[in-house]
Amino acid sequence: MGESTALTEAVYYILLSLQTPLHGYGIMQRVEQMSGGRVRLAAGTLYGALNSLCEKGWIVALPGEGSRGKKQYRLTAEGLRAAQAELRRLQELAANGERVLRGTEQEGQA
Amino acid sequence: MNKKVYKWFWAWQADEEEAWLAEMARQGHALAGVGYAAYEFEPCAPGAYIVRLELLDALPCTARGRDYIEFVESTGAEYLGSVLRWAYFRKKAGEGGFDLFSDLDSRIRHLERIYWLLVALTVMLAANLCNVAAMLARFPQEMLLRAGAAVEILLLYLFLRGLRTIRRKRNALAAERALHE
Repeated sequence: MGESTALTEAVYYILLSLQTPLHGYGIMQRVEQMSGGRVRLAAGTLYGALNSLCEKGWIVALPGEGSRGKKQYRLTAEGLRAAQAELRRLQELAANGERVLRGTEQEGQA
Repeated sequence: MNKKVYKWFWAWQADEEEAWLAEMARQGHALAGVGYAAYEFEPCAPGAYIVRLELLDALPCTARGRDYIEFVESTGAEYLGSVLRWAYFRKKAGEGGFDLFSDLDSRIRHLERIYWLLVALTVMLAANLCNVAAMLARFPQEMLLRAGAAVEILLLYLFLRGLRTIRRKRNALAAERALHE
């Protein structure tokens, strides 16, 4: 898959949440808080995403003892670039949506 | 007093099993432990717990399995035990919902994990049935072989139906995934 493909919501929010290093539960809480309670990452989904992100080098686990649950994760420069690219993509989506859909909200409710 | 219930669910009935465990919790019996076709419940306030089960990627006794279980525990869930690769977790219902998967992709991956486990078991069963059939050809009067073959044919039929159930669930999610996450 090319770098221009959309990130999943979970991946995008995980990257955003890691402005400071966090452990898994911290990521869950931060994402829920950032999204106003809308996005609640479940443990299995988060675990899989963290593994994929580590493999891709977008985040790294900070050195430390113990299992994944006790590890903290840090965003890498590559991860930051991926989040920035996604932001540009989302801005394009939002701008086009606003242009086309502005004023049509009443129609949608009819 | 803890309550012990013996009940059997097939691998393709994980949703039904979760629904049954939710119904038990609603009636004031929180799952506290598991065994082979056995469930131990402890008294709880009606609906106090949400119970989830998952076919793990690795056996719970391996490093990878333990790592995952500890990760889920670190998010505030309680690990209740496991049967083979099936792990059981619960969380207090008041703590705002409990799910192991929060997007379609991970739900699809979980169903595929169940699917391939069933495929492996079905192949083993079919291979064994071939052996039994070959032996039956040599000893057609052997009652034990006949009974064995009958049981295996029945199991094979059940497994194939189970595979179809899982495939349908997976495809329904994949169709949804084509539209949104």
